[in-house]
Amino acid sequence: MTGRTLTRADLSEAVYQEVGLSRHESAQLVESILKQMSDALAAGATVKISSFGSFSVRQKGQRVGQNPKTGAVVTILPRRVLVFRASHVLKNQINASFEKARAGESGQQPTG
Amino acid sequence: MTDLAGPDDDSENGTPRMTRSELIQRLSEMNPHLYQRDVERIIATVFDEVSAALSRGDRVELRGFGAFSVKRRGPRVGRNPRTGSSVQVSEKHVPFFKAGKELRERLNTED
Repeated sequence: MTGRTLTRADLSEAVYQEVGLSRHESAQLVESILKQMSDALAAGATVKISSFGSFSVRQKGQRVGQNPKTGAVVTILPRRVLVFRASHVLKNQINASFEKARAGESGQQPTG
Repeated sequence: MTDLAGPDDDSENGTPRMTRSELIQRLSEMNPHLYQRDVERIIATVFDEVSAALSRGDRVELRGFGAFSVKRRGPRVGRNPRTGSSVQVSEKHVPFFKAGKELRERLNTED
């Protein structure tokens, strides 16, 4: 439970360590993966990565909302939103890891 | 939910789909100098790295694409819907994804 934030740089470094391509090419491949996924989603497709999860686009209808600060009533136009559903493999992996951390922890609280 | 459909015609209820294997195929086509097994390893490394980070309680922030984090769901008293008896549900952690600004905007400007 280290509370760090990983970025593209960490993913490219992992690819670099794992596959032995140049750092530049590793970074480009990470970028390509994200671009291919983004392009598919922008085109309305569902992206399903086995044992990780699936990303899908959901159409939201028009509705009336309120600005919580001013209370003004506004019409929220129909729009498309992205939803991610984690696979059971990922959910189980995360919970197993958090349970292990809790079992082995000695007076230290994991940070949310 | 079968993966029998080919790479180009993989619609299910009219919604096009991209699977892990299609992502591998596309990346292989874009990088003919790489072996397909290397492309497979690259893609596995990326998703394994995100999974491992979330398992450590870390966040993963990919500008333009989105951010992955883990949310804690506190312990609660749940009910068995069939019998109505109450059961103690222990704390759990669930992965969460929020789309990045750029991707969110693309969803609403392209077809």
